[in-house]
Amino acid sequence: MRTAVIPLALFLLTLVTVPLQADARSDAKKQVEFGITVAQRGLWREAIYRWERAAQIDPSYAPAHNNLAIAYEHEGDLAKARTAYERALELEPGNALIKQNYELFREINDRTTRQGTQ
Amino acid sequence: MIARPVKALSSLVVVLLATACTNSFEIPIETPILPKLDVAAFQRVLVAGFIAGGTEDVDGNLETTRLLRSQLRTKSQLRVIDSDVLPLVDVAAEGRDSGGAATAPPPIKEEKDLEAYEHVFANVEYWKKIGEEYQQPLIVTGTVMFTPLQRNSIVQREQEVYDSFGRRRVVPVRTYMERKGFSLDGRFIFIDGRSGATLHSESFGEQILYNANQTTPALSSYFELMDRLIPTFLSTLSSQKIKGTRILLQ
Repeated sequence: MRTAVIPLALFLLTLVTVPLQADARSDAKKQVEFGITVAQRGLWREAIYRWERAAQIDPSYAPAHNNLAIAYEHEGDLAKARTAYERALELEPGNALIKQNYELFREINDRTTRQGTQ
Repeated sequence: MIARPVKALSSLVVVLLATACTNSFEIPIETPILPKLDVAAFQRVLVAGFIAGGTEDVDGNLETTRLLRSQLRTKSQLRVIDSDVLPLVDVAAEGRDSGGAATAPPPIKEEKDLEAYEHVFANVEYWKKIGEEYQQPLIVTGTVMFTPLQRNSIVQREQEVYDSFGRRRVVPVRTYMERKGFSLDGRFIFIDGRSGATLHSESFGEQILYNANQTTPALSSYFELMDRLIPTFLSTLSSQKIKGTRILLQ
C-alpha cells in the first residue's frame, strides 16, 4: 500500500511543479525581452535590473545570465561579468553564442592583465 | 596558416546556425577599462627619459620619450611637461662613481647590461629633486632595449603546383627560412614626483620578424613595436573604452 503511495505522490508533485516552472520561465522571458528592448535604447541600468529579476525568477534561464554578463561588461564590472558568463555556460555548455561572447570578453579581460605588473 | 581561417570559418558557421535557431540580437558595447594607477593627485606628467640600449640605429631614450609625450598629450587628462630629455645613463654612471666605483659602466648591448644602471630608479632623493623642479608631477621613466633579432625557423607558405593535366593548385609548403627583425623589451616606471618613490612599474616585451631579404628600417620597426605597447601604457594612466559587439539572447 505504502509503496504505491510514494510514486503517486511523486507524480502529483511533478504535475504541480512543471506548470510552476513553466510560469517562472515565461515570467523570466518577459523580463529578458523587456531588458533587450531597453538595452537597445542604451538604458543599460534598467536592462540590468530586468535581467537580474529574470535570473531571480528562473535561475536556470541561461539567456538571463548571458545578457547580464554583457551588461556588466558594458558597465565595466568585469568580475561580475565573468561570474555571469560562467553561470550561463554552466547552464548551456553547448551554446555557441554564449561561448563566443565569453571568448570576446576574455580577450579584453586578458588584455588588461596581460603585461607583467610588478 | 590554413588551419586558422578554417577554424574561424567553421566557428562562424556554428554561430550563424545557432543564431538562426535562437532569438538573438547583436548589440554594440563599450567596455570601460579603469586605469591601473590612480593619478588623481597629479595634474602634470613628466616623461623624464629612459635608460636605453641595444642597436645604435635608434636612440631609444629620445624616441620613446618623444612618442610617449605625444601620446599623453592627446590621450590623457594630464598636462605634459616639455623639457629636455634626461640623460639617465650619465646620471646613473655619476651615481656609481660617487659611490666609490671609478670604472665606466659597460655599454648597454644586452638586457643584463641594464643592471649596472637600474639603481637610478631607486634613488628617491634624485627623483624628489626632479619632482621639485617641475612642480611635483607624475614622472615616467624606465628602460628600453631595442635589439636586432635573427631567427632561423620553419615557416609555412603557399606554393603553386600543376598536375599532369595542367591544373593549378595551391599547396602549403613548410620551408626553413632565415628571418630578421627586432625585439623591444623593457619597463615603464611611474614615480611620484612629490616623494620620489616608485608608484608602479610594468614590464613589456614585443618582437617582430621579417623575411631575411626584406629591408625594413630599424626606426620603422621600432614604431611598429611601440604601437603595440602604447595601449597598455595608456591604460595605466587613463581609462580606455574598448568597442565591440555581443549577442543578447532571448
